[in-house]
Amino acid sequence: MASYKEIAEQGLWTQNVVFSQLLGLCPTLAVTTSGTNGLGMGLATTAVLAVSGMIVSSLRQWISPQVRIPVFIVLIAALVTLVDMGLNAYLHDLYKVLGMYIALIVANCSVLGRAEAFAAREPVFASGLDGLSMGLGFTFALTLIGLIRELLGAGTLFSQASLLLGPSFKFLETTVVADYGGFLLMILPPGGFLVLGCLLAAKRLYEARRAVAAGPLSPSAQPA
Amino acid sequence: MTLLELREKIGYHALLLGAVALAASVTLAGVDGKTRSGIAAAEQRDLQQSLAQVLPEGFADNDLLKDKVNLKRADGSAVAVFRARLKGEAKGAVFQMSARGYADEVVVLIGVDVGGRILGVRVLKHKETPGLGDKIEIAKGNWIRSFEGRSLGDPTAARFGVKKDGGVFDQFAGATITPRAVVKAVREGLQFFVANQPAIFAVPGKE
Repeated sequence: MASYKEIAEQGLWTQNVVFSQLLGLCPTLAVTTSGTNGLGMGLATTAVLAVSGMIVSSLRQWISPQVRIPVFIVLIAALVTLVDMGLNAYLHDLYKVLGMYIALIVANCSVLGRAEAFAAREPVFASGLDGLSMGLGFTFALTLIGLIRELLGAGTLFSQASLLLGPSFKFLETTVVADYGGFLLMILPPGGFLVLGCLLAAKRLYEARRAVAAGPLSPSAQPA
Repeated sequence: MTLLELREKIGYHALLLGAVALAASVTLAGVDGKTRSGIAAAEQRDLQQSLAQVLPEGFADNDLLKDKVNLKRADGSAVAVFRARLKGEAKGAVFQMSARGYADEVVVLIGVDVGGRILGVRVLKHKETPGLGDKIEIAKGNWIRSFEGRSLGDPTAARFGVKKDGGVFDQFAGATITPRAVVKAVREGLQFFVANQPAIFAVPGKE
């Protein structure tokens, strides 16, 4: 079993849901029209990932491999519906921002993917941590894509953040370019593909450079 | 028999699926019961806030949500009209209208005084293109306020349209269909109000 540090690292960076596994792209491309939307969607998904990981893990001895997929689906769909109802009733302003995207969490294959690949084999705490770090990695990716699209498309950062996080976060809302005419393409669906593609290329480039720099000196690369 | 052997039985699969589905349904039903009143209250608050937006401050002192009458339009669709009263006297009405925009229905809320003059218009729901058509939202611009003070006959029927159609209301660069839809909804709303004015205020308000 991987150490807790490794689990966290995998979720946040090396196995990042969006940038490495390329999972959950439907919500990723759909909601990242602003940093705030990305952050909200990421946090809601994180909650579902962490809780579904723990539930699946605690039931793993009883779940027959033959019917595991429908069992996971029922559990995840029920959880997402709970989040949807809870947000609507108790955090209604946030729900108005995220509303129609909450149901999309069910369609996020990374939730089912983590249940299948991790939680069905590992202990409860590790599964919860895995869900949490995968979720935070997803949140990081969505917020980053959202911020870039928002900056290029509308010239602002974190607009409407106070609706999501409360009035005390009003300071996050910045207008970077006043009287910006707007670059519609970035807000529309193609912008999502363009930004995601550039970020993927940048991550590859960064890792390739680092591998080259570390290559001949790293002990693991020495011939035995 | 160990759990591992039991897990392989067909009957166990069915029982497991059934048990999980049952547990999920019971939880959902329970939470639905707990959140239903909260959700209804939040939606009422939303409606109240939008009603307040299309009426000037201090215009009415009654609870509009309770002073409601349901009417039918000529095409058979139902319109809920909320009536505004000050000290028991009818002052105006608020209702929803919609028209087909570029992507989907654009739903607007219109506040009108008893003289048929528009007090305020707000877009409640739309799926127009972000950055082009969404300037109809009050959050994105003041265009929607250009209806305030207008009525049927001001401008005249022929000029009650966007500038491109010879009317008086601005369209946006790159988006004509969206403002056209809003203007149409407002015009139809005014026509509905004038045609139904006796019926709107005939029924006494329930407090």
